[in-house]
Amino acid sequence: MSLLARSVPENILAARSPRAWESATTNVACWEHFPHDADLGVRGYGATPAQAFEQAALALAAAIAELASITPKETVEIHAEAPSLDLLLVDWLNAIVYEMAERRMIFGAFEVTISATKLIARAHGEAVSRERHAPAVEPKGATFTELDVSEIAPGQWRAQCVVDV
Amino acid sequence: MDMSRLEQLSDTAWRVEPFGEMRAPAIIYASRALIAEMDDKVFDQVTNVAKLPGIVRASYAMPDAHWGYGFPIGGVAAFDAKSGGVVSAGGVGFDVSCGVRTHLTGLKREQIFAVREKLANALYEHVPAGLGSEGGIHLDDQAMTFMLSDGAVWAVENGYGRAEDLERIEEGGRAAAADPAAVSEFARKRQRHEMGTLGSGNHYLEVQEIAEIFDDVAATGFGLRLGECVVTIHCGSRGLGHQIGTEFLREMVVSGPALGVSPPDRELACAPILSELGQRYLGAMRGAINCALANREIIGHLTRQVFAQLFSHAELPLMFDVSHNTCKVETHEVDGEERELYLHRKGATRAFGPGDNRLPEALRLFGQPVLIGGSMGTGSYVLAGMATSEAQAFSSACHGAGRRMSRHAATRIWGGRQVVDELRARGIIVKSPSMRGVAEEAPGAYKDVRAVVDSAEAAGLARKVAYLKPLICVKG
Repeated sequence: MSLLARSVPENILAARSPRAWESATTNVACWEHFPHDADLGVRGYGATPAQAFEQAALALAAAIAELASITPKETVEIHAEAPSLDLLLVDWLNAIVYEMAERRMIFGAFEVTISATKLIARAHGEAVSRERHAPAVEPKGATFTELDVSEIAPGQWRAQCVVDV
Repeated sequence: MDMSRLEQLSDTAWRVEPFGEMRAPAIIYASRALIAEMDDKVFDQVTNVAKLPGIVRASYAMPDAHWGYGFPIGGVAAFDAKSGGVVSAGGVGFDVSCGVRTHLTGLKREQIFAVREKLANALYEHVPAGLGSEGGIHLDDQAMTFMLSDGAVWAVENGYGRAEDLERIEEGGRAAAADPAAVSEFARKRQRHEMGTLGSGNHYLEVQEIAEIFDDVAATGFGLRLGECVVTIHCGSRGLGHQIGTEFLREMVVSGPALGVSPPDRELACAPILSELGQRYLGAMRGAINCALANREIIGHLTRQVFAQLFSHAELPLMFDVSHNTCKVETHEVDGEERELYLHRKGATRAFGPGDNRLPEALRLFGQPVLIGGSMGTGSYVLAGMATSEAQAFSSACHGAGRRMSRHAATRIWGGRQVVDELRARGIIVKSPSMRGVAEEAPGAYKDVRAVVDSAEAAGLARKVAYLKPLICVKG
């Protein structure tokens, strides 16, 4: 197949991982990527905002590497606070981006607690390995594009935004 | 894009008359075919930019424009501080001063071809790339401050480049009025070990053959000779710039309304240029520009070290270094009057025309080199600013091919190994730690770069000088 000419399927809506990481999923939790011209949308679903945030973080991690390749050897605690839930999602994802860059780590599982607009979380991962993780992209930052945190159905929260890669 | 909303000015210029809260028209430069392929969000974004306070003349989209955040990628807008103009972190982007530089090698294609595997491996090993990579330069706080103030000048003074490079970099290799004190501790920490690293995604280092010349005079002036090879480096301000973008975008979202700025879209978060926040952002952003200029200078230095091992006579002089994501203070003529403006170029290149005294003397006759990154399969272009560039879009042109499909769509269509193998069969070696990363960057994921540069030329933004065909591509 030529590298230069091939039509784009209409139904491209990304990888969906119902149980990417056993400890971070429940019956209703899952994540997916959604398309953006140059960057990448990350979306998490869960029974609570905290669970949706965990899943959005998994979507972010899966944009970088296969989740199954990441071993939870180290834990990093992350705190964030914002005036609204959607800003908190941006801060949460940006905190992960920062910790990955500063610590040269990659995370594959997350535990999030949200109280009002305060977030306390634990990110589990390990030092990044070019050979083992083969990172595809290096996220630069979470954006306000397509930013939304809402209860889309009773007991079903969705947290999403576009990440600049 | 729905073309019924556009008034056609020429084959490659389209106008949107101000409507609603727009303070100026929007102008899109592209062929009909490229416009038809653009996302409707480009229309929304280019018209939203026209709603910002203090905008001068028009909001512009370049031929490679695509959906960004706030501004479209390929968006250009000028603001006047004295008329309440704003500066927007989203109008610059996260990868501040992401840009391209091209070094001449003076080597023939055959000379590169004879050692291409060795050269590809040496470049891949010597230039740190990808997530988690670490450069060999580690900055303490004092060195960081000097780097933020002096950019490529700092790199040269510390042995990572040559003095003669500086006049071939925009602004002499140093953005003036940077404010290192406005750069947070988080941003500094993120950059401590990242100097001289390439990054990932669409960033690359390519060895390219000069395969076609369109303008003999300008090509000769730039040092480009048919059949010889160049090295092109595409990267930006790394973690420091990303962190500055992150922090100031958030601060502008939260504080902008209290400063009297309520943009139509949160992604257009901004602050008045003359506010404390606006000035602090400009100081930090200029520090990030200097970080990018220093970073590209160091990678150029690392590249020279590799070439020196294989070609003792290859000096690799710098042809030019341009940035794509910036806000710069420039003087432009508006309605016959010289005005000092804050030029946002988000995924766009400065393109001063021939004779402009802001260009180095050696290049002034030909216009500013405009370096257009394509894809690892389709090649890149060198353009030059035109006499018409100023009037068309404040001396601005496109910056690359621009994506035509999402990363995920690309991985659904192509496999990384397939891309590497097919390109190798066409004489192009690709080195990358990630096959998925290669698939996401597959040539077919990008627009037809020739159509983009043809549109830029027809629109009077910049003229074609040379086409560069990739031979070796190192990706993060």
